[in-house]
Amino acid sequence: MSVLAHASSGEELPAWSLPAEASGRIRLPVAWPERVTREWAWGGSTGAGVRVCVLDSGVEQAHPLVGSLARSVAVLREEGELRVVDDDEGDLCGHGTACAGIIRAIAPDCELTSARVLGAGYTGGGEILLAGLAWAVEQGFDIVNMSLSTTKRNFVERLHELADRAYFRRTILVASAHNMPVESFPWRFASVISVGSHEESDPLAFYYNPSPPVEFFARGVDLDVPWLGGATLRSTGNSFATPHITGIAALVLAKHRDLTPFQLKSVLLLTATNAGGEA
Amino acid sequence: MSDLQAAVAAGVLGAEEGYRSLLQATVEVARAIFFAHASSVFMLDEEQDELVFEAVAGEGAGNLLGRRFPSSTGIAGWVLVTRQPLVVDDVAADTRFSREAADSTGYVPKSVMAVPLLVEERSLGVLEVLDRRADARITLAEVDLLGLFANQAAIALDLLQRGRRARGVLEGSAELAALARVAARIESVDASERAAALQLLAALERLI
Repeated sequence: MSVLAHASSGEELPAWSLPAEASGRIRLPVAWPERVTREWAWGGSTGAGVRVCVLDSGVEQAHPLVGSLARSVAVLREEGELRVVDDDEGDLCGHGTACAGIIRAIAPDCELTSARVLGAGYTGGGEILLAGLAWAVEQGFDIVNMSLSTTKRNFVERLHELADRAYFRRTILVASAHNMPVESFPWRFASVISVGSHEESDPLAFYYNPSPPVEFFARGVDLDVPWLGGATLRSTGNSFATPHITGIAALVLAKHRDLTPFQLKSVLLLTATNAGGEA
Repeated sequence: MSDLQAAVAAGVLGAEEGYRSLLQATVEVARAIFFAHASSVFMLDEEQDELVFEAVAGEGAGNLLGRRFPSSTGIAGWVLVTRQPLVVDDVAADTRFSREAADSTGYVPKSVMAVPLLVEERSLGVLEVLDRRADARITLAEVDLLGLFANQAAIALDLLQRGRRARGVLEGSAELAALARVAARIESVDASERAAALQLLAALERLI
């Protein structure tokens, strides 16, 4: 077993270079086993203490498969300005509730927050998405689930900047890929974890894709997801594969609080079904 | 596209009916391939923030064309805003969708496959396939197939919109309409006349 080093938080870190005398200050807290197993990665974890934000259409309060939310906000345009306000409208369509329920099923004790960025009409949607993501990064969530994307190129630079900011602040963005012949974002960025679907029915089966941009495949076909009015709905889509990876990431982070997005992605690789990972 | 380009384009583009037929053929084939009850294309009207039935095959073909609803409602709306294909297999279990569907179309499907119509960076609308033959669970191959149809429908819808925009420009300008007629005429004359016309245009270009 090797123990890697780490800098305890609060110490002044060398930002751009590492002088010889400083090397002892960047000790890493994680003791990696000879073989990273699922048992080591998330065995016994329930996701407790991990803060997850669902950036979507809102989440239905008190859905039996979602449980309680830490907070519910919406990005609204008021007098020409975008504001993030507390919101009790819930979910306007069911999409966000479905995602939240999938995360809850895998990581039952994680803390869920809903940020509603969809539902105010199509026009202006890109700005609202950006404002919602900026808010989530600012709030320091551990994980942000984004089962959505934009194709608008004029948002790409700001979206890219936000994704990088999240990466460096240890906020993990998990984003849905799609199989359409166009470019969309943010799932194509290397700083996020992108997810497509596989056809198996095991919610913990996931695959690392050695041919990115889609990096992981998770369950996304023919599954029962929570929907409006306390109901469930049999659905298919990468939108639902994404929260599976979010849930698994929450389990890992709850057990290994200090993992950076890079380290977490490595743990996902090492525990992927096609890398010998097993339940 | 500038007004001048639009005018020339309007002169040489085919009639709207051509693109409408292509769109209609796409939904007919989508319906047939999936052994579905119905298939439709919705076009996004960005100005009104509404989705419009632009082509319908099967149930509703006779009376839904032109029908509108807000862009972020229903499964079509959510596919449009998330840019993500979505398949739902028991819509009837969700009373809200059932009611919306019944109100707008008079028909409540049991299953819906919906996929966004994307051209470059624009979302033009949504393709839906309703009540496909459900003798087996859905496969990713079917979702991919739906994506291929969506690509074709998106191209047809894009051409339809360009044509309409170009013709819209002509309605406001007699000079541009004349330019469009000249462009159309050059397209239709025989080779020697066309060569002469193009020489004349080249001379005009040098002059201005």
